[in-house]
Amino acid sequence: MELGEEIAQRTAFGQALVELGAKIPNMLVLDADVGPSTQTHLFGRAYPDRFIEVGIAEQNMVGIAAGLSTLGFIPWVSTFAVFMTKRAGDQIRNSIAHARANVKINGAYGGLPTGRAGATHSAVEDLAVMRAMPGMIVMDPADPREAIACAQLAMDIEGPVYVRTVRCPVPVIFPEHHKVALGKAVKLHEGKDVAIISSGMMTPRALKAVEVLEGQGVSARLLHMPTIKPIDVEAIRDATESIGTILTVENHSVIGGLGGAVCEVAAEHAPCRIKRLGFPDIFLESGDDEVLFGRYGLDSAGIAAAAKALAEGGKKG
Amino acid sequence: MAPEYDVGSLESVARQIRALIIDTAHAAGAGHTGGSLSEVEILTALYFSFLKVDPSRPDWEERDRFILSKGHASLGYYVTLALRGYFPLDSLKTFDREDSALQAHPDMHKCKGVDYSTGSLGQGLSIGLGMALGRLKKNLQFMTVVLLGDGECQEGQVWEAAMFAGSKRIPKLIAIVDYNKVQLSNTIDANLSLEPFSIKWEAFGWNVLSVNGHNIADLLSALSRARAMAERGPVVIIANTIKGKGVSFMEGNYEWHGKAPNDQEYIAAKKELSDR
Ligand SMILES: Cc1ncc(C[n+]2csc(CCOP(=O)(O)OP(=O)(O)O)c2C)c(N)n1
Repeated sequence: MELGEEIAQRTAFGQALVELGAKIPNMLVLDADVGPSTQTHLFGRAYPDRFIEVGIAEQNMVGIAAGLSTLGFIPWVSTFAVFMTKRAGDQIRNSIAHARANVKINGAYGGLPTGRAGATHSAVEDLAVMRAMPGMIVMDPADPREAIACAQLAMDIEGPVYVRTVRCPVPVIFPEHHKVALGKAVKLHEGKDVAIISSGMMTPRALKAVEVLEGQGVSARLLHMPTIKPIDVEAIRDATESIGTILTVENHSVIGGLGGAVCEVAAEHAPCRIKRLGFPDIFLESGDDEVLFGRYGLDSAGIAAAAKALAEGGKKG
Repeated sequence: MAPEYDVGSLESVARQIRALIIDTAHAAGAGHTGGSLSEVEILTALYFSFLKVDPSRPDWEERDRFILSKGHASLGYYVTLALRGYFPLDSLKTFDREDSALQAHPDMHKCKGVDYSTGSLGQGLSIGLGMALGRLKKNLQFMTVVLLGDGECQEGQVWEAAMFAGSKRIPKLIAIVDYNKVQLSNTIDANLSLEPFSIKWEAFGWNVLSVNGHNIADLLSALSRARAMAERGPVVIIANTIKGKGVSFMEGNYEWHGKAPNDQEYIAAKKELSDR
């Protein structure tokens, strides 16, 4: 894995599970007939005795994991984020979150990229749903290396954790042995005209946008937020106070995810002008990932343009 | 592990549980009375005879597991656990009140003896299945028993779990259905019939036993057959019961699903129970 190399997060995550499995003998993985897509089949091949294929029965999968956790096993449940968080949403809430079960939840195919599967498969609201569950930790890693770091961190935490991964290739932006700290933003660029706060696969794009902005004479601070919950309150407060205008960027609905979380913090601590870039309140459709991302300004050019407009519009925008 | 009781003493335990259910519901002004009264003999047979549990060691690794999947019937469960010695009978006075260990629906982190939190119907069998799978992986010997409501069996997840357990022939897993023929808003048959119920479970790969769920001797013999059969695959005991059993005006009446008796009803109910 080289810096700049494009690697699918799901593959990196699937391999990370295999590596974690080698170190953690009580770790199990459950999937609901999408192992080849989520890449948990890599774990299944490496440890057939520790992989449980439940069939297309997401609710039962979550319940089985809950029961297994009572015997000291640490199960991962994995399927497409859209089904993981809604088809089994009540099971995650009541059998996992309320019971504080030590179960790790992988929402694969987060956001738009689903391999052209369209509206029914694009999880535009998984972060919002999971973030609202009491006690749930929510991670949205940026690149393949951070997906690995999140898998590791999830195992280090006692209790339920949601880790979202995306299907499409994402450039490696973090160095080897990159680590994630709960509730800590990663400052990827310093600037004074506008603060960009991004999460997940939008961060590599935001990083490019920052370069574009520099060429245009706009100085942007870029904060990457690997954990949406807990969120880095200090970093947000500092951005509102020292910069005073924020652009949030996420591969998710503008409702309830990163943008929502940043607005909540800012509103209570130091209100400022915030623009949320993400999907408006709509279902997505099938088609080419990049064409569709482009429609919502979720490419580097769109991010740069939105940031520039904010920087120029000043604090009142 | 369980104290040795004969059927007569178990019947007297059941009578005590029934009376305490009415007392507790009345005092709290809350509780699911109907489905608590229908499960009394099932819980008595389990906790006072069948289950290998030790109230002084609720975390004992080899204890038999029990999940009240129909978690709303916590009233009957708490009374049983208290009588079995998990916590003092006095705690029942806190039922469903602020800061109580005895939440409206069983909370494993608050109440001693509760093996898993429940409340959202349809989830307990999957959790029990997970326990049974974990047991196999760890080579432990305990039995897992899950008590379901009949209305609850309208939930799809129950059948996801049934399909998995049946097709993989998961051992040491027993489901019991409190088949009291009534759910929250009406009778089962009026809302959505489960029949042919036994055939459904059989088709899903389960061994099926049917019993009178108010007859302790029947329950004990079904449970002991189930223990043997469960070595080879999952077993379901369909316990034919009466919702509100023991109080004539509550029996078979969905209006008593989630209601506690007022003062007059309380006196009438207690009189009927003591006349038996
Ligand atoms: C998923 C879910 N849906 C609805 C409810 C509300 N509810 C509580 S009890 C009940 C009826 C249960 O009927 P049954 O399983 O037959 O229980 P019993 O008659 O033994 O009390 C309902 C609908 C719930 N607790 N969970």
